Amino acid sequence: MADQGNRPPTLEMRRISKTFPGVKALDGVQLKAWGGEVLALMGENGAGKSTLMKVLSGAYSADPGGEILIDGQKVEVNDPIHAKRLGIAIIYQELSLAPNLTVAENIFLGDEIAHRGLVDRKAQRESCIEVLERLGATFGPATVVNTLSIAEQQQVEIARALHADAKILVMDEPTTALSSRETEKLFELVKQLRRDGIAIIYISHRMAEVYELSDRVSVLRDGTYVGTLEHAEISAEALVKMMVGRELNTFYTKQHDASAGQGREVLHVEGMTDGGRRVHPASLTVHEGEVLGLAGLVGAGRTELARLIYGADSKAGGEVRLDGHPIRIETPKEAIDHGIAYLTEDRKSQGLFLDMSVLENINLGVIDRDAKRGGVLDLKAGKRRAAGAIEALGIRVAHPGVGVGSLSGGNQQKALLSRWLETEPRVLILDEPTRGVDVGAKSEIYRIIDELAGKGIAILVISSELPEIIGICDRVVVMREGHIMGEVGGTSGREITQENIMAYATGVAAAA
Amino acid sequence: MNTTTTTAGAAPKKTSGMGTQLKGIIQAVGMLPVLIIICVGFELATGKFISTRNLTIVAQQASINIVLAAGMTFVILTGGIDLSVGAVLAVAAVVAVAMSLSDLAFLAMPVALLSGLALGAINGSLIAFLKLPPFIVTLGAMTAVRGLARLAGNDTTVFNPSLPFAWIGNQQLFGVPWLVIIALLVIAISWFILRRTVLGVRIYAVGGNPAAARLSGIKVWMILLIVYMISGFLAGLGGIMSAARTFSANGAQLGLAYELDAIAAVILGGTSFVGGIGTIVGTLIGALIIAVLSNGLILMNVSEIWQFIIKGLVIIGAVALDRYRLQGSART
Repeated sequence: MADQGNRPPTLEMRRISKTFPGVKALDGVQLKAWGGEVLALMGENGAGKSTLMKVLSGAYSADPGGEILIDGQKVEVNDPIHAKRLGIAIIYQELSLAPNLTVAENIFLGDEIAHRGLVDRKAQRESCIEVLERLGATFGPATVVNTLSIAEQQQVEIARALHADAKILVMDEPTTALSSRETEKLFELVKQLRRDGIAIIYISHRMAEVYELSDRVSVLRDGTYVGTLEHAEISAEALVKMMVGRELNTFYTKQHDASAGQGREVLHVEGMTDGGRRVHPASLTVHEGEVLGLAGLVGAGRTELARLIYGADSKAGGEVRLDGHPIRIETPKEAIDHGIAYLTEDRKSQGLFLDMSVLENINLGVIDRDAKRGGVLDLKAGKRRAAGAIEALGIRVAHPGVGVGSLSGGNQQKALLSRWLETEPRVLILDEPTRGVDVGAKSEIYRIIDELAGKGIAILVISSELPEIIGICDRVVVMREGHIMGEVGGTSGREITQENIMAYATGVAAAA
Repeated sequence: MNTTTTTAGAAPKKTSGMGTQLKGIIQAVGMLPVLIIICVGFELATGKFISTRNLTIVAQQASINIVLAAGMTFVILTGGIDLSVGAVLAVAAVVAVAMSLSDLAFLAMPVALLSGLALGAINGSLIAFLKLPPFIVTLGAMTAVRGLARLAGNDTTVFNPSLPFAWIGNQQLFGVPWLVIIALLVIAISWFILRRTVLGVRIYAVGGNPAAARLSGIKVWMILLIVYMISGFLAGLGGIMSAARTFSANGAQLGLAYELDAIAAVILGGTSFVGGIGTIVGTLIGALIIAVLSNGLILMNVSEIWQFIIKGLVIIGAVALDRYRLQGSART
């Protein structure tokens, strides 16, 4: 490990704050990264990791008072082009390549080799070859980017960064869309870049990756800097405690009795598939008053399976039984009519109506049930429902008529959840119910889920956060690459532990 | 472990932005102050703008555009556009006058309205079921339906000096022209639908977030179909009003560029092109601003050429306002 004492960090960020209208996203955050090291940056969704990196890249301007130092020199990063010149390169989760252009054109984008306005494509291609070889790329500079896999496109992004002589490389959850083999290759590449002396900031929430790659881990929570662990100090317990901010046993609530329903089957899904593209025939059962977890790595097909059950996407085969009776679900409307509700993983683009009020958002699922003759709204019923839901779920809002877009993530999530609860569902599918929600609201949402299970609702929870799955679920089904791999908890004989779930999720253990 | 700062209870802090109140007011009252300022300005400049007689004329001139713009409001609220309303109006007008000359004269109005409704249903079906872009569908319809209008009248001006529904265009009720009464009724009913019915909420929902609308169990296709049918129906009504005023209709000439005035009225009224945001009262004000501008500029003896230029600039200014408005609405 590098001796940090003798040389200034390649990158140091001091007292970085960023205020958005209504929210302080970063509050006095610091960060130090040395060349030849991998610094992992961890934190829950909404902790401020991405915002901090956007400040670094010049995409956001930080509040006055913060400082960014490169090799000990104070710098101003005003915009992304400036950041590039300073040797900062960021590879976002959503790759920022022009898919219709070639590899060489992408690498030179904005910095073309040109003579009197004419691009010298040949020179560009030739000067790419070296860097592509260094990365072990199996494609040439003239390849069109949209013919490449995600992993290869990532290599193009890295090539672009190296070509621009980046000395600080930020990678934002780079393995999200990669297979395990591609991930291994990426790790080799990251280690090679570290040997080359580049300072790497690796954002991830996967413990295993952080442990394997990082020399140090810095943790953010709710926009503040919590602390940094050296490699030797890294442990799952320590990191989770830093990210969550309290001991785990007071954080999750599991007081409902899953056996109260005496194992009555509410939802049974048999052979559900989209024809094998993302979901291979999958079967699962949720019982009355049970919280069933659906775990797996990102891209394992969990959301896709849920959307097939709910009728949001069209299925190629499979059957849904409710209380033992086969039901037909081709559209979300039919699912709702059968008492199945689906809380989407992306509440802003798929769930909420941000231009509408909290009241309207809560009532949207039931306005037709409440309506008077001729489809005339029952305004009184709407007010009553909104007031009741705000009270029951503890939604913090000044007035039900306030636009839902102005609420915090946690309160938005509760408003969306209450829309579904108003429909009095028998089955509740919750897709990443605490994504982008602050820690306090998370705990409240766990309590709500627990209460709902106590009332006998059959609940299916999809989550990428293992502590959450372990903390609130009675039983867990694990998916990997579109297949259901196995089950832990319940009568499976295997305990709900991180190791048992990960064994299925990574394919180490196969279904019995 | 070198923990440095652990601020306790660091929940995101609320900050109150300056200017949000101002933006809130602008969103609430919309363009009403602009309308009033323009009216006062014309009165000061000409001294004959504000009179019962002139204001009645303005309202009458605005009436057809108000009706078209009301239909356009429904469509734009879903994030769509209907470029075919001028042509649909022409078809309905020709059909109404032609029918009034036949043995089935009593069917003139219902058939004209139905033809508008049917053309709207075709637009809506192409958009809702084939998922074609509204701009393309209604752009095509604008041309094709214009051809239909000429076909329906054998490419001549159809004329009926004893038009049975001429009262709509030329008579008054308690001193208020029927054209104005119809326009205000359309606004009132539209307001009721948008603000007080399940359909209205769903129109806003589909415009605001189509993906979420579908996942909430809303039949998005049905909402789209309905709004284009409403737009077509109201264009048909506009056709009747137009024919009633002149006792005649010409398929090639009538309603040319009316869609542009209707869109301009909707946008002036603060409805967002993106969908999901807007009010029918705003559209009424927008249509009145356009009518007042035309009338006032004539009173000031501004040449027709300059009328075009000024009206165009006002519309662009309105879109600039639209941008400002969108920035104001908090989308975090």
